[in-house]
Amino acid sequence: MSAPSTPLVPRKRRGAELGLTVLAVLIGVGAYVAIGLGVEGTVPAGALTLAGALVATAVVGHLIVRRLAPYADPVLLPLVICLNGLGLAMIYRIDLGCEGFCLGGAYQPLVNNQIIWTALGVTLFCVVLAVVRDHRRLQAYTYTFGIVAIALLILPLLPGIGQNIRGARIWISVGPFSFQPGEAAKVALAIFFAGYLVVKRDALALAGRRFAGIDLPRGRDLGPIAVAWLISIGILVLQRDLGSSLLFFGLFLVMLYVATERPGWLVVGGTLFAVGSYLGYLLFPHVQVRVNAWRDPFGDPDANGQIINALFGLAHGGILGRGWGQGSPELTPFSFSDFIATSLGEEIGLTGLMAVLLIYGLVVERGLRIALTCRDAFGKLLAAGLAISLALQIFVVIGGVTRLIPLTGLTTPFLAQGGSSIVMNWAIIALLMRISDQTRRPAPDVAPVEADEQTQVVKLS
Amino acid sequence: MNKPIRNLAVAALVLFAALLVNINIVQFVQAESLNDRNGNQRVINEEFSRDRGAILVAGEPVAESVPTDGQFRFQREYPAAELYAPVTGYFSYIYGRGALENSQNRVLAGTDNRLFVNRVVDLLGNKQPQGGSVELTIDPLAQRTAASGLAALGENTKGAVVALDPQTGAVLAMVTQPSYDPNRLASHDFGSVNDAWQELTNDDDQPMLNRGTQQTLPPGSVFKLVTAAAAMEELDLDPDSDVQGGTTLSFPGIDYELPNQGGGNCGGNEISLRQALEVSCNVSFGDLAGEVGQEALAEQAERFGFGQDALSGLATSESRFTAEGTDLEAPQLAQSGIGQFEVAATPLQMAMVAAGIANEGEVMRPYIVDTVRSPNLRVLEETSPESLSGAMTEGNARQLASMMVSTVDSGTGTPAQIPGVDVGGKTGTAQSTPDRPPYAWFVAFAPQDDPQIAIAVVVESSDTARSDIAGGRLAGPIARDVMQAVLER
Repeated sequence: MSAPSTPLVPRKRRGAELGLTVLAVLIGVGAYVAIGLGVEGTVPAGALTLAGALVATAVVGHLIVRRLAPYADPVLLPLVICLNGLGLAMIYRIDLGCEGFCLGGAYQPLVNNQIIWTALGVTLFCVVLAVVRDHRRLQAYTYTFGIVAIALLILPLLPGIGQNIRGARIWISVGPFSFQPGEAAKVALAIFFAGYLVVKRDALALAGRRFAGIDLPRGRDLGPIAVAWLISIGILVLQRDLGSSLLFFGLFLVMLYVATERPGWLVVGGTLFAVGSYLGYLLFPHVQVRVNAWRDPFGDPDANGQIINALFGLAHGGILGRGWGQGSPELTPFSFSDFIATSLGEEIGLTGLMAVLLIYGLVVERGLRIALTCRDAFGKLLAAGLAISLALQIFVVIGGVTRLIPLTGLTTPFLAQGGSSIVMNWAIIALLMRISDQTRRPAPDVAPVEADEQTQVVKLS
Repeated sequence: MNKPIRNLAVAALVLFAALLVNINIVQFVQAESLNDRNGNQRVINEEFSRDRGAILVAGEPVAESVPTDGQFRFQREYPAAELYAPVTGYFSYIYGRGALENSQNRVLAGTDNRLFVNRVVDLLGNKQPQGGSVELTIDPLAQRTAASGLAALGENTKGAVVALDPQTGAVLAMVTQPSYDPNRLASHDFGSVNDAWQELTNDDDQPMLNRGTQQTLPPGSVFKLVTAAAAMEELDLDPDSDVQGGTTLSFPGIDYELPNQGGGNCGGNEISLRQALEVSCNVSFGDLAGEVGQEALAEQAERFGFGQDALSGLATSESRFTAEGTDLEAPQLAQSGIGQFEVAATPLQMAMVAAGIANEGEVMRPYIVDTVRSPNLRVLEETSPESLSGAMTEGNARQLASMMVSTVDSGTGTPAQIPGVDVGGKTGTAQSTPDRPPYAWFVAFAPQDDPQIAIAVVVESSDTARSDIAGGRLAGPIARDVMQAVLER
């Protein structure tokens, strides 16, 4: 991650993208076929549907990028197609294993819905690229996005449409569809924070007291961070959603740090986070349950069956995995959503799971690279915020299911079953590619300035 | 703004590195121990579909997998059911594994490293992997004799028999009553397995407890062997040395007297050590415990194996001389010297005491797995006997053994006499609380000059009237029959 100080070569690299996309699609299709062979001994019709859906996704995504963002980063799209393909494969595999077994026999196959959500995700990807022709235009709607984000966060709390599922109140359901508005709120918040911080960053960067070599911010500037902290606590208390609470606060903190270049904010924020976590631990039994399950899962095997099963699955997979369709991921509750990472670890092993983590790492790396090379402050902040929010989310959820940290409910981007997550993550990728396209696009030819115009103070046209 | 972004990139790298390291720890470093955990359904599913190896006694399976139709390809069966249950344990889909089924699981399941070559061969030949088998040291006749001896005392009898080969430490018999039928837990009908488990675990008589290794009880007078050993080692006494006799042992300045069993006299105020053991004189051994002292007596007990889990492969409880950190007053020390107060020992431990005395003072480490075999019965590993500790000098051990022989010849141990064989033994009748019957103990070995078997029998409660309970009468004949079974083979 050394500084690319050399001027960027305005190459489109769409051919490279196509090659990588073909590779990504082959991985996904290969997985489906292997599952069909592994579980049922034939290549089933369902696998062909899946393969068709993935190919269509890739074709549409690639063509739209060629048309609307020709200079965009060529690696991001293949990476997320690969992840999305692996996610569909895993959900398809769990469908086969779970039928008549999971959820006390009430399990309904999920993969068809997931295909529809993927299609919606790619559609939103196209819509974002088509509507947002220049990401800087988003800055004009800073406060609109702020209000939208708050509204989205409040929605699940409203009676009637809000739903309490497994102790967390983060779902809304309209008709047969349920949606987690928090996923959309994350994107809206990132845009809001970027717009807000670009304007306020000079004031927030003013140094206050100096402590241990770090300039702490001034007391009077603590307002915004206090508000962000209170909102996070509000999410924890009202929605009982540890993961989102952590993610939103982390997102704000990181963007504040990027905007002001003041590590002091990390000290202040880190302290607030520590205090908030400790209070949360003391006050809420559900947090204590999670922490205890993390510290000693085998102390209470009945209560911690999920994390224990996840660990058993990982161990059973070992280095090379059981092979597609050869493990028993369906034994872990929610193996298709929160615990899809451990399901992958069981079937494709340590090797496969490490590869998936590296793909995630590359997505984050491309996002941060876009932030580095972006020429405007708003785009920099937005790209950095989106990339880091992905990194945080991946760390929190995969760290949680592999018992690195206590378990919190967050979705695994692009892999986990669940519509809101997959759709909004496609939107995030669209935004990153839009910023990247702007950044790498060659500067437009500027008409030579006429000699007499040089005396003009303001150019009017 | 590029500097913070670069810093964040490093931070993101650290987060991903942490995730990668963590999954390596879970899936590589901890994988084996996670796979070995009880209740791991993935592994159980795999094991239930596999030809699990047998547990053998004298070449005959006491636990084996037979092919079956249905959900799984093999059904675990225990032909002798209750007889070997405390040793084999159970193999249940829902409730995991117990005893040797658990401790020898890697061999039986075929995942042990010693079976690596077999696995590769099976893999290349596209054959289903097969588990190895485990051959036990148990003598089937001794086992059956011990079980029928306990059963003859009545249905409600609780007790245990543990027999060892004094010269090697091999377990020759290990019987518990009541026991349970592991077939009920190995069934593929999970509803009935659940019922059986509830019934067994809620039973006040604890049929799934291996009383031979897990139940510690006050050993009573059989502990006098340890006190005698300590007195001979520490005070240089021999069988003819004079020790205190009489009817009661009193303590200066303390209003307490230690009486003999039944309140009688030991046969004089000064008697020989041999006579003290023959009549099981409380006064003599209470006094000797005081003379030897708490520390030396505790050390002597440790040299016989107290405070250790000496037998690997089965769940065992440590026997103890005192609870942790107890500082004994004089009367308590005297009571401890006759196996009361806080002294608690497993039948296995008391069999080790008898075995150590019979084997010229050397206590052998007990073991129950004789050989580990590959699926084609080739021996992969054979347990070689090893010494656990030197409990006594050879000379003292011989003298103590001869005292035990005279106890059986003419003392309290007469029910264990075998015509033509020099049997050494010691009875014990330990009080616990006044509201429950005392424990009847008997430890013995035979023959004196070339010991083949050392045995401990304990009867916790039986249908026998309380007044009739005495170690010799209740437990002695069982010990005699089992020893005879081993000697006549």
